[in-house]
Amino acid sequence: MSWITGVGLTAFGKHPGRTTLDLMSEAATAALADAGLERRDVDGLLTGYSTTFPHLMLSTLFAEHFGIVPAYAHAIQLGGATGFAMAMAAHHIVDAGLARHVLVVAGENRLTGQSRDSAVQTLAQVGHPVYEVPLGATIPAYYGLVASRYMHEHGTTEQDFAALAVLMRSHAVRHPGAQFREPITEDDVLASKPVASPLKLLDCCPVSDGGAAFVVSREAVNAHSVRIRGAAQAHTHQHVSAAPSLTQFGAAASSRQALDIAGVSLADVDCAAIYDSFTITLTILLEEIGLAPRGQAGRLAREGHFGLGGAMPLNLHGGLLSYGHCGVGGAMAHLAETHRQLTGRAGDRQSGAPRLALLHGDGGVLSSHVTFIAERVG
Amino acid sequence: MNAPALLDWTEGGEGIVWQHCDVCGHGWSFRRTFCPRCGAGTPASRQASGAGTVHAITRVMRAPSEALRPYAPYHIALVDLDEGVRVMAHADDGVAIGDRVKVGFVTFGDRIVPRFGKV
Repeated sequence: MSWITGVGLTAFGKHPGRTTLDLMSEAATAALADAGLERRDVDGLLTGYSTTFPHLMLSTLFAEHFGIVPAYAHAIQLGGATGFAMAMAAHHIVDAGLARHVLVVAGENRLTGQSRDSAVQTLAQVGHPVYEVPLGATIPAYYGLVASRYMHEHGTTEQDFAALAVLMRSHAVRHPGAQFREPITEDDVLASKPVASPLKLLDCCPVSDGGAAFVVSREAVNAHSVRIRGAAQAHTHQHVSAAPSLTQFGAAASSRQALDIAGVSLADVDCAAIYDSFTITLTILLEEIGLAPRGQAGRLAREGHFGLGGAMPLNLHGGLLSYGHCGVGGAMAHLAETHRQLTGRAGDRQSGAPRLALLHGDGGVLSSHVTFIAERVG
Repeated sequence: MNAPALLDWTEGGEGIVWQHCDVCGHGWSFRRTFCPRCGAGTPASRQASGAGTVHAITRVMRAPSEALRPYAPYHIALVDLDEGVRVMAHADDGVAIGDRVKVGFVTFGDRIVPRFGKV
């Protein structure tokens, strides 16, 4: 058994002059304070990676910098799925008795630490260096391809995608740490600058500076500890050219197995945190996991189903699309918000009293999937 | 490996090469020295006919580098070759999902790339 005993999240957006280690340290400090733990209590450490600060040993580099001496440490790289993969690994590490308190931490000055072209080119390396990148393909192009096929097969419209961007913005409005807090309409999304059809600027998450951290412990150490019930992964391909399908990815397998391991069904889930790098990403993941029928995610969003007070509150901090995306920390913000929702600490963003949450992240081009189930006990 | 007569755009030639496993019958695009399905170490490289069907397509408005900026906008497509292998390539304006297409080759930055147009 394992528990998420504390979470820390910085504001996302511009943090000029602040480094990867600065942002990691701020988030880690907040997570330890939330858990009520000291540096000396941490005996396990997991980190991701930072594109602005590549390092062979980011975990031990951070341990030295932050001032902890873990008995167990390493980094994990799984693109956008890294944050939830670290949560899953931490769950098993404490469950196996390898550590009592695993600090999971990420941060990156992805926005101000490099030029826009540099960010675009670094991220485009998710593509195949011989068969895709030389074509001038970009991350939005890979997702644009997926979106074109998804629309073709399931009748999803650009307006449906826009409804999800509007939903995430409506949530971010309530979070002081969100990068974008000005309300938008579906017309704003449709009129925003074309990037890679059918995706427009407001269908794409921004690049952000930010940090996020959480502590996974063997025991509940405070009243707001949240239990991890189960986790699972699925990996079907790396490159979009090699994906077995552009409409069926690993989300169904990963989420079904996570629910099985947790011993619960989708109907038991009270709130969701789903990776939303693009509106098409969120559409596919919601519909493949079964949180919306095929082709209906946009309609449900428009009807309030995924909103504050709705039947399935989703990414109430604003998601990657509006809270922002600083790399590994991006999805960890989903976890931080879920923790606050489950423990009734989300302030004016609090949506009811959820007990069971499903979290799902993906990396690459819907290549790597991690689902985990978290529960408030008591 | 590749017979000298095979032309592959990734090596500067005006052609698309795919690979086939004579042991299990699997076909694929990304060059390897073994079959990714059965592991046999004797894949055959073959010249694609260049005919196929568009599976997905996007119009890229922002190129990833200054050198490629003058080419934008351009279309990137996933095309299912008649040989049963999916490849990424450029496509002409007006090409849509389901269209039957044939490959040509165009200059893009400092190299040539395959670009499919309607048959």
